[in-house]
Amino acid sequence: MQEIRNYTMNFGPQHPAAHGVLRLVLEMDGETVVRADPHVGLLHRGTEKLAESKPFNQSIGYMDRLDYVSMMCNEHAYVRAIEGLMGIEAPIRAQYIRTMFDEITRILNHLMWVGSNALDLGAMAVFLYAFREREELMDVYEAVSGARMHATYYRPGGVYRDLPDQMSKYRESPWHKGTDLKRLNAWREGSMLDYLTEFTNDFPARVDEYESLLTNNRIWKQRTVGIGVIPPEKAKAWGMTGAMLRGSGIEWDLRKKQPYAAYAAMDFDIPLGVNGDCYDRYLVRMEEMRQSNNIVKQCIAWLKANPGPVMVQNYKVAPPSREEMKSDMEALIHHFKLFTEGYGVPAGEIYAAVEAPKGEFGCYLVSDGANKPFRVHLRAPGFAHLSSMDAVVRGHMLADVVAMIGTYDLVFGEVDR
Amino acid sequence: MSAIPQTSLVERLAARFGDMLSVTVARNEVTAELAAADLTAVATALRDEADFRFSVIIDVCGVDYLGYGQTEWETDTSQGDSFSRGVEGQAMGRFTWAERPRNVEQPRRFAAVIHLLSLEKNQRIRLRVFCEDDAFPVVPSITPIWPGADWFERETFDMYGIIFEGHPDLRRILTDYGFVGHPFRKDFPLIGNVEVRYDPEQKRVIYEPVSIEPRVLVPRTIRNDADLDQARAEAADRWREN
Repeated sequence: MQEIRNYTMNFGPQHPAAHGVLRLVLEMDGETVVRADPHVGLLHRGTEKLAESKPFNQSIGYMDRLDYVSMMCNEHAYVRAIEGLMGIEAPIRAQYIRTMFDEITRILNHLMWVGSNALDLGAMAVFLYAFREREELMDVYEAVSGARMHATYYRPGGVYRDLPDQMSKYRESPWHKGTDLKRLNAWREGSMLDYLTEFTNDFPARVDEYESLLTNNRIWKQRTVGIGVIPPEKAKAWGMTGAMLRGSGIEWDLRKKQPYAAYAAMDFDIPLGVNGDCYDRYLVRMEEMRQSNNIVKQCIAWLKANPGPVMVQNYKVAPPSREEMKSDMEALIHHFKLFTEGYGVPAGEIYAAVEAPKGEFGCYLVSDGANKPFRVHLRAPGFAHLSSMDAVVRGHMLADVVAMIGTYDLVFGEVDR
Repeated sequence: MSAIPQTSLVERLAARFGDMLSVTVARNEVTAELAAADLTAVATALRDEADFRFSVIIDVCGVDYLGYGQTEWETDTSQGDSFSRGVEGQAMGRFTWAERPRNVEQPRRFAAVIHLLSLEKNQRIRLRVFCEDDAFPVVPSITPIWPGADWFERETFDMYGIIFEGHPDLRRILTDYGFVGHPFRKDFPLIGNVEVRYDPEQKRVIYEPVSIEPRVLVPRTIRNDADLDQARAEAADRWREN
């Protein structure tokens, strides 16, 4: 008889299901995982230390690059921390814009998640569908900030600028012409909000499409039902938040429990799982997309009816307009000081959290009164989730590790920071 | 900003722990400072007792208070050396590994900061534990109480060199294999100490001292004038109507 031994294997960092740069050292007993040791940090860039060397505003762009599929939510936590320390509040229209973009970001993130998770588990088509919608939403990001992903749109005191009155159109080219061009530009005749209205009317049917591909799919259920069960007590002790916590049946959502921006005025439901397995978390996230779509709709209605300023007119924090700068000496001085030195933030400390698509994304900010943060710590949900990997996958099959990495919704930009 | 009243929590903390905690409330957030020796008992009570129920560990991180409140540019007096403000100073962005400040002394330099969340009571609390000894900072581990603290403590150890006593597996987590130093300490240079490249002659990846120059464009300044108060008052005035 042949001797059978345990062996150690290396999963990633180049494995396509490792979602970036996860190196997982797995101790295997045949096909069964005995121990999983995730090695993270391959994408560590020292964001928190870099932020200490720059004026506050210059680090907003770094926040986009943490969780690079839910960009604006990261900005939101950082910006809220600064606003909290300074005691300023963004105008109401900016609050609604932030709410809307947080939800657009949630849809973007969940689309990426459902696509790549399905791809990991062997379903190719969902990925292609999900990226079609992602493209449409990224056009909204681009319309408002000029960048498809790393927007740097939220600023302490509001948002960078108001929503555009016009949506950019496709131009005629050898690739886009005739009826094709007409179809591409069909939604783009009006403002950005009109474009989003069309999108939100269309989107529930698209979610139905993904659901018809997955929800009752036999293979999908075999791969996810009863896999990676996380009991509610464990979920709390492991510091889980977001869909990981709600999938285990705990009703907790910062948007409801500690409302920020304009969430208190929004009407939406919190989907909960029952069994705490990968399938329940899938269902939770699918429903969250529908709820986010509803919130976006509510924001559109409000934003169309309520024009107003989107930035505090406080020149210690926000730059004056170009016209003012050219005619008013005070404004010119403010502009110069703001861009060469930044603004001082009162000494103190604060923890500001938002319900990011992946869970609670928090920013712990310590200021000593200088124009640069003394210490920034970013609490990334993925980091807390991944730390439970060993305990969850022990005793599962190797293929379930892939399902688990998928359900954690990991992005290494935020895990490694 | 969410406004959840925190006064009752302060009272409950005072009634239960008395002098063990020094509790402050700022910006509607409760911060409790405590001695390292009391941490395990206090944390266990905060998790288990019906008055608190802080069941979720949100975050553990380190803070290095070296140079807190120090600036690189005088703002109160005029001076002749303004030109150098962009290129000189003591902050971590301005020295190399070889020139790093050594034997710095600052009492209560390192602290571990713990954030907890109570789902049942919808409350948060921040615990701060200062390390007794700068040269060998030690804090008891809370991983036995909340398993979710595991990686956060590993990260804090990696970045600040704070030892968590009782942690089951205190290894580096984010830095490279074989890394030297604790990069988030304020006496660690911003540019780092080594860089990596592929050497075609040796046909392998090699480590070398960093070739980039330390460079920080904006000096650290603290302005003690009434700018912010005034700005805040203006903002409150102007935006009340909107």
